[in-house]
Parts: sequence; C-alpha cells; structure tokens
Amino acid sequence: MKNIVILGGGTAGTIMANKLRQALEKDEWNIVLIDKEKTHYYQPGLLFIPFDIYKKQDVIKPKMNFFPSGVDVIFSEIERIEPDMNQVVLVDDKHIKYDILIIASGTSIRPEQTPGLMDNLWYNKIFDFYSLEGALALRDFLRKWEGGTMLINIVDLPYKCPVAPLEFAFLADEYFTKKGIRDKVKIKYVTPLSGAFTKPRANKMLSGLLEEKNIEIIPDYYIERVDNEHSSIVSYDNRELNFDLLAIVPLNMGSDMIERSGIGDDLNYVPTNKSTLQSEKFENIFVIGDAANLPTSKAGSVAHFASDILFENILSFIENRPLKAHFDGHANCYIETGFGKGSLIDFNYDTEPLPGTFPLPGIGPFGLLKNTKMNHYGKIMFRWMYWHLLLPGKELPIEPLMSMAGKCEKC
Amino acid sequence: MATKVYVNKEVNVNDEGFLTDPSQWSVDIAREIAKEEGILLTPKHLEVINYIRERVLKGETISMRSINKSGIVNVKELYELFPNTPLKLACKIAGVSKPASCV
Ligand SMILES: Cc1cc2nc3c(=O)[nH]c(=O)nc-3n(C[C@H](O)[C@H](O)[C@H](O)COP(=O)(O)OP(=O)(O)OC[C@H]3O[C@@H](n4cnc5c(N)ncnc54)[C@H](O)[C@@H]3O)c2cc1C
Repeated sequence: MKNIVILGGGTAGTIMANKLRQALEKDEWNIVLIDKEKTHYYQPGLLFIPFDIYKKQDVIKPKMNFFPSGVDVIFSEIERIEPDMNQVVLVDDKHIKYDILIIASGTSIRPEQTPGLMDNLWYNKIFDFYSLEGALALRDFLRKWEGGTMLINIVDLPYKCPVAPLEFAFLADEYFTKKGIRDKVKIKYVTPLSGAFTKPRANKMLSGLLEEKNIEIIPDYYIERVDNEHSSIVSYDNRELNFDLLAIVPLNMGSDMIERSGIGDDLNYVPTNKSTLQSEKFENIFVIGDAANLPTSKAGSVAHFASDILFENILSFIENRPLKAHFDGHANCYIETGFGKGSLIDFNYDTEPLPGTFPLPGIGPFGLLKNTKMNHYGKIMFRWMYWHLLLPGKELPIEPLMSMAGKCEKC
Repeated sequence: MATKVYVNKEVNVNDEGFLTDPSQWSVDIAREIAKEEGILLTPKHLEVINYIRERVLKGETISMRSINKSGIVNVKELYELFPNTPLKLACKIAGVSKPASCV
C-alpha cells in the first residue's frame, strides 16, 4: 500500500482529495488528509458579512461534508514536514510516511506583524475582513457607526484575492449610501500598489470606478505601524493618516509549519515549479493553492484550475511518466462593484485581464472588464458552485487553461 | 515593444521603462537608469540591487518584508536609498520587472 498525504483541507486540499480518491484504486493507494480545523470557511463570502448581506451560516460548513469516503482524515496541527525522511510530523509527535506529498496549507493573516495593529484599537476601530471574527466584529461596528473617515489599507504584497479590498470599498460605498450617511463618510483606499490594480487595463477600469464612487486612492503606501493614541497609521516614509475606522488586510503569510520545515521563502511560501506544480526541491512533493509561490493571484479559482493540472501530473508521476500538464496561472475573478453590479477579470501568467465576453465569444453572458448586473449574478452563483461543484472536484463549465476566445487585445 | 539606448546598448523596455529582459542589464546601465531617477548609485545601492536580481532571477518574488529580512538594509534605509517608491525604483534600476506585477 502506498500513501498520498495531503496537508490542508481547505479549497485546494479538498478538491485534490476528491479527484484522487475517485481515480486511484483503494487497495493500492491510501489517501491521508490532515487539517487543524473542522470548519470549512467559504472565504469569498466573508466580504459580504460586514454589510449584513451574508450571515455566519452562509459561509461555514463542516469540512467532513466535503471529503469523500475512503480518505483518512486527521484533525491535528501539523508540526513539520521532514522531506528527507518522506514523513510528516504532527504536534503529538505522530509520524506519517508518504510516497507523495501535496502541500495545500494556504496562507493566513498576521496582524501581529504590524506594530500597534493589535493594541487597544484592534476590533474597536480596527478590523480585518479576512477572518470570520473580524468580519463579524466589523459588522457589529458598522451597524452603529454614524460616519467619519474610513481607511481601507493593505499591508503588503502578496495577499490573497487581490480584488477583495476593492470590492470591500465598493460595497461600503453602497452600504453607506443606502444607510443615508454616505455624505458623512470619507473613504480612502490606501495601497502599497501604484494604483488600484497592477495590470494596466484592469487598473484603468477599477480606478475609474473608485473615482466615480468618490473613493480616494492613496497609492505607494507601505504602512509601518499604527499609532493608537492618535488613531492613525504611519508609513515608512512618515506619511500619517488619521482614521475613525480602519479596515485592514494584514500581512499574509504561508503556514508556520512551512517555516518549521525549512522549505519556504521568507513569507513561508513553497518554491514551486510554476508549470508542473512540483516542488522545486523535492520530486515527490507537489504544491497547490495559496501555499505555493506562483506568480499569479492567490485565489480559489486559481486553485481550482491548477487542480486539473496537478491531478494529471500526479497520475503521470505515479506511472513514472514525464509531467506533461502545464499550468498557465489562469485566474478568473468576479469583482463586486456595488449596487447589484459586478465586473470580471480573466488572466494568466502572461496575459493581463482584457476586455471582451466570457466564456463564449460575442455572447458571454459575462462581460470582461465591464460593469454589469450579469457579472454580479456570476459572483452570487459562485457560492453555490463552490459548495456543490468546485469542492467535490466536479467539472465546471470553464476550461482550466485560459482561452483567448472572446477577448480583445486592441480594445 | 519599445527599446531604449543606455551606454550605447539598445535594451527592451516596457511602457514604464522597466527592462523586459534582465539579461540585457549591466551595472553601467543601472547607473544610467538611476541617474534618470535622480539617484547616484553607491555600493549600498548596488548591494540591494544585486540581492533583488539574485532573488528575482531565481523566480522568487520580492517584497518589502524580504528586503527587510535580507540583512542588507531595513525598510527605512531602503526609503533613504530609493525615495518615494523604493521597491519599484530598486527593481527598475535592477533591470527586473515591477514587483508584484503578478497580482
Ligand atoms: C475575503 C476573501 C475573499 C475572497 N474572494 C475570493 C473570490 O471571490 N474568488 C476566489 O477565487 N478566491 C477568493 N478568495 C481566496 C480563496 O478563498 C483562497 O485563495 C482559497 O481558499 C485558497 O485555497 P487553499 O486550499 O490554498 O487554502 P485554504 O482554503 O485557506 O486552506 C488551507 C488549509 O490548511 C490548513 N492548515 C494550514 N496550516 C496548517 C497546519 N500547520 N496544520 C494543519 N492544518 C493547517 C488550514 O486550516 C486550512 O484549512 C477570497 C479570500 C478572502 C479571505
């Protein structure tokens, strides 16, 4: 009997467990999945909680609901990987041997890495919306808030779902408008990027929307610390910004277990072949999802597209064939833009988001880099697809590799 | 694709003036780009630039934190060397693509 061990049962680990269990003979391959938490969070849904659009129950389900039978699930904190011994060590010192290891341990927020962030204003005037606790605390705060200056700040790059803080800004604008206090709220979008987004065409479209909604953008801003006394943030080049409410995306880092194993970069991401998804250092280790250091977005859609590629390559690896499937970094993100509309970007390692229609050329129904009602429905439908199609590893009506069909380079 | 001439050598650049082929880079070119940005390269600048090139050419991404952890400079000092938009500026002079162009 041989062992495939999957570290992390979030989006990517769950998809891989489902795909592999279906394909591999049970009397030849044992599949073990290890995660420290029993609850699966639908992370894209966290964005809607502060604005009372989703409730807690909408975004959590037991992880066990999504694992196929025939997978050994262990709920435990992983202490480290010992790649030279082909084994994983759990916190209770249990050793688990593997023939193939899949790292899918994601990335998480580290508010403690920014001085002053977790002092007395934390969850008082400062909130994150990347955790359920943060999103709920912010919801309670917003229900009572009567206005002032709201800063939306991103601490550093990379962070997961690069469009999420923009969506947060758009939804906040709608929320305050409907509450009748938009004229009492100043919204400032404070980012280390040089604009709303990195890629030129998407940047132009999204900057336009921010301007239209009267959201000020403060670019090239790297926060150094929070000044709790003055209720302000201070950048490394000493620009001080006051706030009455700070919605922050704290530093994102890969799992500490990666650091303890000595196999990550300085943000605990695992150096990974961007095409085959094999670890750069260890032949029998593969990496998928936010845990990898791939030069594409850290997003559930990327993990989903990558899973088709990784699945093929693992089958090839098992049969001693060359790894022929090549990932292109495909990402596909719906962007909520407020007031029942949305936008959509589709891109990969080499092609920036372009305008056009998706998935069908000329037909859509979704409009790329456009602001439409249909795109908003896409985002809303995504939650259903996530629970029912994506996690179980079923086919989605979108190809894993990006297609140029329907895109227009000269538009 | 646009090109630009530095020290009598033609190099490929993108619309923001970043070299698109890091192998066309040389220290002399770095000096010229730095001059355009109003920076006179010192050995400390070069230390940072070499660190960035080494990391990026290995396919790794560079961030404020990685520079802070590099042991060469801390973030404050980085701002002193490359004012206003340090990471972007340092990458430009190092002849590699803009940081986080992947987001
Ligand atoms: C607010 C927000 C909005 C988002 N919106 C979108 C969106 O619209 N579209 C989109 O595509 N993506 C979106 N994302 C991103 C998406 O949720 C993630 O990219 C995706 O979940 C990554 O999957 P993963 O499997 O790599 O990591 P995760 O799903 O985070 O799973 C990692 C798992 O590893 C486990 N783990 C880690 N370390 C250990 C350890 N030491 N021991 C045991 N277990 C461990 C964790 O418990 C976790 O279950 C959003 C994210 C956020 C926060």
